[in-house]
Amino acid sequence: MNFDKELDARGLNCPLPILRAKKALNDLTSGQVLRIVATDPGSVKDFQAFAKQTGNELLSQGETSAKEFEFFLKRK
Amino acid sequence: MGNVDTSVMDDLIRQRLDEILPQALEKKLAEMKEARTPSMTIIATKGTLDWAYPPFILASTAAALGWDVSVFCTFYGLELLKKDISGLKVSPLGNPGMPMKMPFGPDWFKSINWNIPNIVQAGIPGFESLATTLMKQTIRNCGVADIAELRGLCAEAGVKFIACQMTVELFGFSREDFIPEVTEYVGAASFLPMAKDADVSLFI
Repeated sequence: MNFDKELDARGLNCPLPILRAKKALNDLTSGQVLRIVATDPGSVKDFQAFAKQTGNELLSQGETSAKEFEFFLKRK
Repeated sequence: MGNVDTSVMDDLIRQRLDEILPQALEKKLAEMKEARTPSMTIIATKGTLDWAYPPFILASTAAALGWDVSVFCTFYGLELLKKDISGLKVSPLGNPGMPMKMPFGPDWFKSINWNIPNIVQAGIPGFESLATTLMKQTIRNCGVADIAELRGLCAEAGVKFIACQMTVELFGFSREDFIPEVTEYVGAASFLPMAKDADVSLFI
């Protein structure tokens, strides 16, 4: 999937991946896509809640390797 | 005859309104709920390293979700607003819920829970400092944010920090002791109306 910016949130724990993602989204314009890689297992549910609450669309999410999670967020 | 017609008409209007109004109202309420910015107020009353986390984690996360957040710091919670926050300590004394584990060494060593009796903890000078150093190392190892960083993120995201004027005086602090992001020095009468209108209000 194409993206405009990437955020490496590996090794970070709650709530840092969400806070960093929010900051990174601020640098994007409406419709641009942010790719996030995280290792915090709690981030899976947290990014779903974040997307729902903020209106930034979670285009897709998945596990890249054994313990890494990948998210694509579209700025609203 | 005319009277009968009016009452039939009234009944019809009433019936129709009963059908239309609930739908319109529900739609309007949903729109209002959608447009409203959620808000949270927190009362922070603890001044130790471990208890500094819940208010800052919740405040920064809520701000990231786009909520309006105010943190009212009172009593020991005022420590969280001090310019230098690096001196916060954690005390394992009298806290049976706190695991005492080493943040270094092989896994079998790290998994040992050092069950040290209170009387021993109380008798060793510097035990609190040792516990604090170990906890800070554990925090770093786990990728958990440090408190100063979290507080910075809160301030950056527009979290309002409010100090309890009464405890500032009670503890003999002055405004120069606190970070400039503290916007207000007020009392309970100012905080309660904010809390009344908030969607989430927590005492920590």
